[in-house]
Amino acid sequence: MSVPKYWRIIPHYYRLEGTICKNCGYKTPLIRKICPNCGSDDVERVRLPREGEVYSYTVVYSPPEGFERHNPYVIGLIKLKDGTKILGQIVDVDPEEVKIGLKVRMTFRRISVDGKSGIIQYGYKFKPVK
Amino acid sequence: MVSVYITGVGMTKIDKHWDTTVSELASEALRIALNEAGMESVDAVFVGNMLSGIVNSQENLASLVVSYAGLYGTPAFKVEAACASGAAAIASAFISLKSGMFKDVAVVGVEKMSDETSVEGITRALATAADSEYELYHGVSFTALNALIMQRYSYEFNVKPEDYGLWSIQMHKNATMNPYAQLRFEITMEKYLSSQWISKPIRFMDCSPVGDGAAALILSSKKPKDSPIEIAGVGMATDKFQSFLREDLLTLAAAKIAAKRAYNMANIRPEDIDMVEVHDAFTIMGVLSLEALGLAERGEGIELLKNGDIKPDGTIPTNLAGGLKARGHPVGATGVYQVAELSLQLRGTPVGVKLDNPNIGVALNLGGLASNCYVTVLKGE
Amino acid sequence: MRPSKPVGIVGWGVYIPRYRLKAEEIARVWNGGINNMARALRIEMKSVPSYDEDMITIAVEAATNAIKRSKLSPDRIGCIFVGSESKPYAVKPGSTIVAEVVGATPQVLAADYEFACKAGTEALQTTIGLVSSGMVEYGMAIGSDTAQGEPGDDLDYTASAGGAAYIVGSNKSEFAAEIVETYSYVTDTIDFWRRAEQPYPSHGRTFTKDPAYMRHIIQASRGLMKAMGTKPEDYDYAVFHQPNGKFPVKVACKLGFSIAQVKESIIVDRIGNTYSGSALLGLARILDIAKPGDKILFCSFGSGAGSDAIHIEVKDGIEEKKNLAPKVDDYIDDFVAVDYTTYLKYRGMIRFNER
Repeated sequence: MSVPKYWRIIPHYYRLEGTICKNCGYKTPLIRKICPNCGSDDVERVRLPREGEVYSYTVVYSPPEGFERHNPYVIGLIKLKDGTKILGQIVDVDPEEVKIGLKVRMTFRRISVDGKSGIIQYGYKFKPVK
Repeated sequence: MVSVYITGVGMTKIDKHWDTTVSELASEALRIALNEAGMESVDAVFVGNMLSGIVNSQENLASLVVSYAGLYGTPAFKVEAACASGAAAIASAFISLKSGMFKDVAVVGVEKMSDETSVEGITRALATAADSEYELYHGVSFTALNALIMQRYSYEFNVKPEDYGLWSIQMHKNATMNPYAQLRFEITMEKYLSSQWISKPIRFMDCSPVGDGAAALILSSKKPKDSPIEIAGVGMATDKFQSFLREDLLTLAAAKIAAKRAYNMANIRPEDIDMVEVHDAFTIMGVLSLEALGLAERGEGIELLKNGDIKPDGTIPTNLAGGLKARGHPVGATGVYQVAELSLQLRGTPVGVKLDNPNIGVALNLGGLASNCYVTVLKGE
Repeated sequence: MRPSKPVGIVGWGVYIPRYRLKAEEIARVWNGGINNMARALRIEMKSVPSYDEDMITIAVEAATNAIKRSKLSPDRIGCIFVGSESKPYAVKPGSTIVAEVVGATPQVLAADYEFACKAGTEALQTTIGLVSSGMVEYGMAIGSDTAQGEPGDDLDYTASAGGAAYIVGSNKSEFAAEIVETYSYVTDTIDFWRRAEQPYPSHGRTFTKDPAYMRHIIQASRGLMKAMGTKPEDYDYAVFHQPNGKFPVKVACKLGFSIAQVKESIIVDRIGNTYSGSALLGLARILDIAKPGDKILFCSFGSGAGSDAIHIEVKDGIEEKKNLAPKVDDYIDDFVAVDYTTYLKYRGMIRFNER
């Protein structure tokens, strides 16, 4: 993976930062300079809540390149406590236990590893709240 | 304002074309369409393709296709809109004729997927239709994004796996009569239900296959004497790009808007439609496509399957040539196959099941997770 | 070594991965099911990091829990030191990742430490110095490891994963516990090592006990008690590095502590030896249950070799902090046992083509 492509999204991957528009109030987990909703450039960074619940999920048995040999893994569409939705893996759980409505919270994990000599990409995943 | 007609159609069988390059495959379909239209040249060529850069290590594709087709000098464009690249190329060609700048143009949709021989590799290539930084980063495949929708749809509307199975069974049945189809065999519910998970709840038998194919159209602003097929409406729209930004995950909002725009241009209503070609890359997308085209309310598309409405003798004959599920889904070519199949049906020389005198056909081609949608309305005489 | 002004622990946090490998499973694979080694080492099972965990992700989780207990805004943390012997990058700090995730960047001092199993207390000692000198307002020290044990070796039964983080401050009203005195004892004693290119450490087997573990802990602990003018019976708890279930009990007895004083800190039997996390996790287990006024003698050990002994006195501030983050026992009790093959897969010990 390209280092700058990873590096510039670090605030989002590491701290779950997104963008809030001061013009229209639209909140998104994306790091953007222009509000994707209204086009205003009057936007600022916002930290999203770290807890939420599963809105939908899937168990991946046929992964894309870079995620081989980790299958099956669970991808969740997570509805965070403020209503913002976000995608992420759900870990430390038996795939059979994942249900719509399951309460989850952010954890910090490796996402993928760039071969034997490249960089390690980290970021948020989710795990069930005990 | 000029009108746009389809004067030639060309298709290759969808298959693993090991001994053919991406440009060669495109040129084959293009030559067939030119021959059919009785033409030696066109004013421009529009190539719809998604993956030539990633899978075939070949950009500047349109110019190379022209060279393979022996059409040196012809203006050429590559149009990319993920799985909707084919329809996007048709729309671009349509606009060029409407502008009056060109009189006769060719559209060719092509995808040569078999150059990537690893399943993980093609899965990753297809996933580039999603957001690489916010979706693909997490290990999301394109199937996984569709699975998120299917899971939620099943949850909200209490849909059983067997209900989705009806779609796959019907598509395979339709494809048996299409010589260009990739999967020309029937399947049973048992086979559907026992097929392996790709991204649960999506099974192998919910998915369209990986294959190579090219389809071409000759479009003209001159009305042909025999059986003119008119592109009466084209509608396009984009949606919020990422799955997680959708207010309603279960509505293909851009497809809905594109349909409304195309219907308005063609001056038709959903009830006027005789047949549709919809984008069933996965069974759930077939269902949502029917809803987006205004043929069923939200959550009721599945009823069209259960009632048999999508069958050739049903109220809304769907994907008569087998759809993406069984005809195949060479991604950038699919939108052109859809329109080619509809126009042959309107001419009365279909590649699949023959309808009795259809007059209006509608194609819906979805790019990405329906983030870029194209609806094309065809009218016969 | 006495801090020039009072410093104390204002937040502590731990993390232990969820998976466990039972000693009987290792014995099944390597010794025909005869579980001699585990019995000798007093090991029931050890923690196993998932395929997506490493010493950095473990440090982040522990740091996040420590910040919760400190109730601090992370930008007030002036230094972050992470001690480990299982760095995923040979060159590139892990501490920068931890600092970035918790939100302590960019005005922060960050570094990675290595001193076998005492890298975490090395980090703590430096933090104490920076805080007591007034160079930083708050500092965080973390010990975190996904320790490597060669399959089938003695270490295969114990080398595990976990971490603990401590935030040190100088505002007495925030103290969960005061760090009163420390004593470091270091010699060049080669009992355990890993050459740069090797995947697993080597060790001196019987040499690791008396000249290494026992001597350094005894000398550091005695040095500390002499400086403080204390005796073993003055302490409510004693916490020692736990490479196995036997050594910390032996060293406690030798120093004159009772089993009762040391047993609450011993968790190695259920999670294995977490190396840089080991003694610090034992201390966290005590803070989870301690009452104001309790006195703790803490002593780490790192091969190579050295020990850091610390005299700790629990303060009133501890009660309100205890329940602000998960406790050591919460992590110990929530586990899923895996088989040996899954262990090899999660630890990346199955050989693939290099890409």
